[in-house]
Amino acid sequence: MTVLIRGARPYGEDAADILLRDGHVAAVGGSLSAPDAEVVDAAGLVALPGLVDLHTHLREPGREDAETVETGSRAAALGGYTAVHAMANTDPVADTAGVVEQVWRLGQQAGLVDVVPVGAVTVGLRGERLAELGAMADSAARVRVFSDDGMCVADPALMRRALEYVKALDGVVAQHAEEPRLTTGAQMHEGDRSARLGLTGWPAAAEEAIIARDVLLAGHVGARLHVCHVSTAGSVEILRWAKSRGVQVTAEVTPHHLLLTDECAEGYDPVFKVNPPLRTDADVAAVRRGLAEGVIDAVATDHAPHAVEDKESEWAGARPGMLGLEQALSVVVATMVETGLLDWRGVADRMSVRPAAIGRLETHGRPLAPGEPATLLLLDPAARAVVDPAALASRSRNSPYAGRELPGRVVHTFLRGVPTVTDGKATR
Amino acid sequence: MRRHLLEAADLDRADATLVLDTAAQIDAALAGREVKKLPTLRGRTVVNLFYEDSTRTRISFELAAKRLSADVINFSAKGSSVSKGESLKDTALTLEAMGSDAIVVRHSASGAPHRLAHWVRGSVVNAGDGTHEHPTQALLDAYTIRHRLGRLEGVRVAVVGDVLHSRVARSNVRLLHTLGAEVTLVAPPTLLPVGVGSWPAEVSYDLDAVLPKADVVMMLRVQAERMAASYFPSAREYSRRYGLDARRMAALGDDAIVMHPGPMNRGMEIAAEVADSVRSTIVEQVGNGVSVRMAVLYLLLGGAPS
Ligand SMILES: [Zn+2]
Repeated sequence: MTVLIRGARPYGEDAADILLRDGHVAAVGGSLSAPDAEVVDAAGLVALPGLVDLHTHLREPGREDAETVETGSRAAALGGYTAVHAMANTDPVADTAGVVEQVWRLGQQAGLVDVVPVGAVTVGLRGERLAELGAMADSAARVRVFSDDGMCVADPALMRRALEYVKALDGVVAQHAEEPRLTTGAQMHEGDRSARLGLTGWPAAAEEAIIARDVLLAGHVGARLHVCHVSTAGSVEILRWAKSRGVQVTAEVTPHHLLLTDECAEGYDPVFKVNPPLRTDADVAAVRRGLAEGVIDAVATDHAPHAVEDKESEWAGARPGMLGLEQALSVVVATMVETGLLDWRGVADRMSVRPAAIGRLETHGRPLAPGEPATLLLLDPAARAVVDPAALASRSRNSPYAGRELPGRVVHTFLRGVPTVTDGKATR
Repeated sequence: MRRHLLEAADLDRADATLVLDTAAQIDAALAGREVKKLPTLRGRTVVNLFYEDSTRTRISFELAAKRLSADVINFSAKGSSVSKGESLKDTALTLEAMGSDAIVVRHSASGAPHRLAHWVRGSVVNAGDGTHEHPTQALLDAYTIRHRLGRLEGVRVAVVGDVLHSRVARSNVRLLHTLGAEVTLVAPPTLLPVGVGSWPAEVSYDLDAVLPKADVVMMLRVQAERMAASYFPSAREYSRRYGLDARRMAALGDDAIVMHPGPMNRGMEIAAEVADSVRSTIVEQVGNGVSVRMAVLYLLLGGAPS
């Protein structure tokens, strides 16, 4: 298949034609011609390498009523993603080679993005003993990222062993940083609003204490640590310190922590209940700055679909989590690009290059250059649209952006030269 | 008045004063009557939707509605479809379909009445939600203070005890501030929420320092189970530092009153001799509760003036 993209702006820079042939970028330059090619008019569109998500809950196996590998893949492609890491907290838990291979195969069948399974760190996410990490790494799914996400690996001795053990697998432990003894019954960020709303507080210190502990452990044993969904200003400071000391730590921030604050809890609509919780204006400013400086390496969605009955209830009875895949890039445009904090190369770095490197995905996060995989997206940065949850490809509707106008529209996505999104519609 | 009474902040000073004045009129109208009933809400339906056991609050609302001649349905979560997993929303829509004009809701989850108000057309009255608010309790407390002391403006109220878990404290701080009173919260730091500094109230850890200046001492219920989670070391230490006993009561000014929303832990936060003293308004609060809740239902449902 040959595709000639006309007049796109690679990384938002000077317009150029991009020729895709046999799954690779064949040429980038002015006025290319290819008589056999299908032509895509991309005047005004920004070309970026396909996005890579380090943190996606696809819910299959177990909660296919909320999302499946296929519906989640479609949502991802529409968001400009070409690879997603599927979190391990499914039912059954992805803690064996059998389950991670099942998820990987479902991803292949859907064929819209590369679905990269994350393996559980501990058996059943119970935080008691290590899962067979080596077997998952050696499986067809080639697991490199291990996480008990949803749960924190709270036992410091077990966390130390996990960090050490995955060194042999070129792996990384992605930690959901939450000291469970400090968040019993927690419902929202602990501060002025939780005090008034009468919702049990989730203190920033519960996240920061685990990150501080884990960067010390990672430094001590010389292992790679990845911190999921950083949400507080204090966490950014600890990461900055750890990186300055040479600790091999990386970190991600979610779109919702870049945009929303605990003010959303007013009214008690559980669509805004998420773990870690939405924080304060000062925290939002700090994670944006951290992402701009590279102290936070990546944007990761923590896309967490939930069935209607798990969200349409009283706040305390609802499950935490919100959708993210289809709006992530738009939120980054709104919070980082339109504010001048990141240019398009920065967006490519934080949403594609670095997450691909953290996940050890060799064929993603590559430059838009001849010889590289034809894995990219075309974005209309001028488009603005109001988010309508009913129009989402995800099987769930729990979008915190409902009714909000956001900039940027993914018009085309290509995975190894094959269109997965054309004119804003998924191709399968 | 707004359509719902979900939290004390729904009432501005004029609204809150109107509720208290209406309660006083109702008291006056019923005083000395043999049949304590007004015809104002005839044909209206009030549902008591109680997800938490609270016999005293439910009976108070039931009596209030019946004295206004409304039809009352008690919908208890126990033994109904609610306990079989029916969602709050489904229950709300069911009650709506039955033609309820007002839903009085008690729920263990903070904010449940707010969600309910989102789904129904009738009025929602919060009868206590989790650790959030209990606005009619604050109204009856304000009514009691005004009745005893003759005013609210400038009255100094000490609210003592488990502020962290208390919906009564949250509603009282907001409402008493709205009505011009000065609130001081007194508790061990463990039982004050992080963020309490943003409330319109003073904070003290020292009960003995606060008592001589207080016109009103409002004691909150403290559950002994809290000590299992290390909020305080023991019941004995708690009552020594924050309990109101006869010795401490002697430090109060001559006209100062002692309040408690009930149910009391005698010997824990309040000594029996204090609860039973002439300063105590505890029994009076119960009676005022009915009048104030009548006023709230009357004003929300816009019953014809009698
Ligand atoms: Zn997580």
